[in-house]
Amino acid sequence: MSTEPLLELSSLTVDFATEDGGSRTLLAGLDLTLAPGEALGLVGESGSGKSMTVRAITRLLPPAATARGAIRFEGRDVASMDAAALRAYRDGGVGLIFQDPRAHINPTKRIGAFLTEALRHNRGLGRGEALARAEAVLAEVGIDDPARRLRQYPQEVSGGMLQRVMIASVLLAEPRLILADEPTTALDVTIQREVVAILDRLRRERGMGMVFITHDLDLALAVCGQVAVMYAGRIVELRSAESLHERAAHPYTRGLLGSRPAIDARAPRLTAIPGRPVSAFEAGPGCAFAPRCAFATRACESEPPQLVPFEGGLVRCARVEEIHAERTDKRTSKEATA
Amino acid sequence: MGRLLVRRLGGLATTLLLSSLVIFGSLYLAPGSPENVLFGNRMPTAAARAAARHRLHLDQPLPVRYWDWLTGVLHGDLGTSMVTGQPVADRIGAGLSTTVLLVAMTMVLVVVVGLAMGLAAALLPGRVDAAVSTLTSVSVTVPPFVASTLLISVFAVRMGWFPASGLGEGLGGRIDGLVLPACAMAVLSCGFLGRVTRNAVREQLEREHVQTALVRGLPRLVVLRTHVLRNALAPIVTAVGLLTAGTFASTLVVESAFAVPGIGQLTIQSVAQKDFPVVQAVALLLVGAFVVCNAASDLVQAVVDPRLRETGSTS
Ligand SMILES: Nc1ncnc2c1ncn2[C@@H]1O[C@H](COP(=O)(O)OP(=O)(O)OP(=O)(O)O)[C@@H](O)[C@H]1O
Ligand SMILES: [Mg+2]
Repeated sequence: MSTEPLLELSSLTVDFATEDGGSRTLLAGLDLTLAPGEALGLVGESGSGKSMTVRAITRLLPPAATARGAIRFEGRDVASMDAAALRAYRDGGVGLIFQDPRAHINPTKRIGAFLTEALRHNRGLGRGEALARAEAVLAEVGIDDPARRLRQYPQEVSGGMLQRVMIASVLLAEPRLILADEPTTALDVTIQREVVAILDRLRRERGMGMVFITHDLDLALAVCGQVAVMYAGRIVELRSAESLHERAAHPYTRGLLGSRPAIDARAPRLTAIPGRPVSAFEAGPGCAFAPRCAFATRACESEPPQLVPFEGGLVRCARVEEIHAERTDKRTSKEATA
Repeated sequence: MGRLLVRRLGGLATTLLLSSLVIFGSLYLAPGSPENVLFGNRMPTAAARAAARHRLHLDQPLPVRYWDWLTGVLHGDLGTSMVTGQPVADRIGAGLSTTVLLVAMTMVLVVVVGLAMGLAAALLPGRVDAAVSTLTSVSVTVPPFVASTLLISVFAVRMGWFPASGLGEGLGGRIDGLVLPACAMAVLSCGFLGRVTRNAVREQLEREHVQTALVRGLPRLVVLRTHVLRNALAPIVTAVGLLTAGTFASTLVVESAFAVPGIGQLTIQSVAQKDFPVVQAVALLLVGAFVVCNAASDLVQAVVDPRLRETGSTS
């Protein structure tokens, strides 16, 4: 067994050409590695570049955007694939689940046609067989009366059901890697969990890798082995879900955990991160998060921090050791007085 | 779908009925009395005039005359020409096939050239798009009567490639004679359809569902055909329907300019000669062509876009 990674991003940078001839950096040097069958969470606020990352991975960037650095899928360089190789990579290599199924499914075609078109065009399956497979997968994603659904149009079913249809369409192609870009943000809270649970179970059963994008750090921790927290087009913390859950290192990550509604009484409810998230091109010369960070010093504003090893992961914070030493000190001194 | 069809057919019949009323009524209101046509320059005696009026049923009240005419039309009897004395149906029949052929040739040209230009502009941004845009914005300013004059002077008079007027023998001769008239009507419509196509295709290309199709590894041509073009079809079909109807109307001018013996020329002649039964019949025919074109485009749209079917059956 080779231990070749399924997906490898090295120094992935995406620049966007603006109308006035300038250029904006949207992603500023991303390094990520994903082993086959593993799930990686990509977490961050709006504008941090999560969608740009999956677009770059699938070579679906808008025409004005250019990617630099390397994206390797099973060792092959994605940027240098020719049309045929790219099609093969998109058919069975990666599968992309979009956030808004309503916009991402052709409204003039029946659900059956949507689910089977790739099987028929790419795999040469007959209509009957393709429909039979689609029906089976619809049942697996928890849709009842799948035969009837196949004959319906997208506007005749609910958003939650349509997202299951989208998930089914990706599962049908049996990709080695699923890219799920906020698959549940457009759905009702009650349906969100169900849909994530189905996606999580089915991809595990099939041994598919997954990049799971969300604003919700807790959700990412629940379904992913590794979590990358992004801020302003950079990774600020990359840790195993377990250790991150145990102890978030970066002040931004801690803010994300704090800004969730406190479900259990153990974690006292903290305030949300003050200020507004910035995109990569809006960031200053130093740490992009410094203006919103409670721990920032003058040096943070001017010196860009590097990713440094921390508890088995990586953290992009110049003061991470100090901050954690303080916390550990407090904790030990509390224990001592008790 | 079935219900939509029934509703459209009902609407079609109503429109035709109403327009027959309007046509009949407006000719009644038009200055000059129909029987004068018969006498030409002669001044008839009162008795002769009364006899003529009686023969033409002009002495009966308007509703009765309308009813007689309408029932006649429904039985296929369009009356007799006051000028030639031939049955109106014969006069129309002679020109109808020519006009239909002319409109068909025009629309084939429009659809082929207009779609090609629109597609090229939509799929090849940059120079091709700019060139096509210039071409279409010029061509939409060239109405058929201007195009007729230009085409006659260049291709018929100077080059002598096509006849300047009239039609030759047989189908080949007819087609040969109809090329220039068809081109004259197609210029403006090509530009119009080119623009509609370009914009519709551009809009669809930017749709998110097209990205979904691409990211599933479907070949680009398949995505273009089954998603982009397919969804852009609705506005294109509407435009083709409108343009076809408009082409029927343009035949009035263009057939006269090229001396094409079709319905358009017949209409202009009959109006000039105040040949009322013929005018009534051709006017009704033109309205019919209009209404049928629109209904056909609506139905095709409903086939193309299921969302229109939905609203069609719920409203
Ligand atoms: N088509 C585009 N043209 C120009 N800029 C874009 C485009 N799409 C995204 N951006 C910019 O790229 C940056 C990253 O956007 P991206 O969509 O990747 O963020 P995201 O992390 O997915 O956010 P969200 O959580 O809102 O989906 C943002 O600053 C955004 O304004
Ligand atoms: Mg996004």
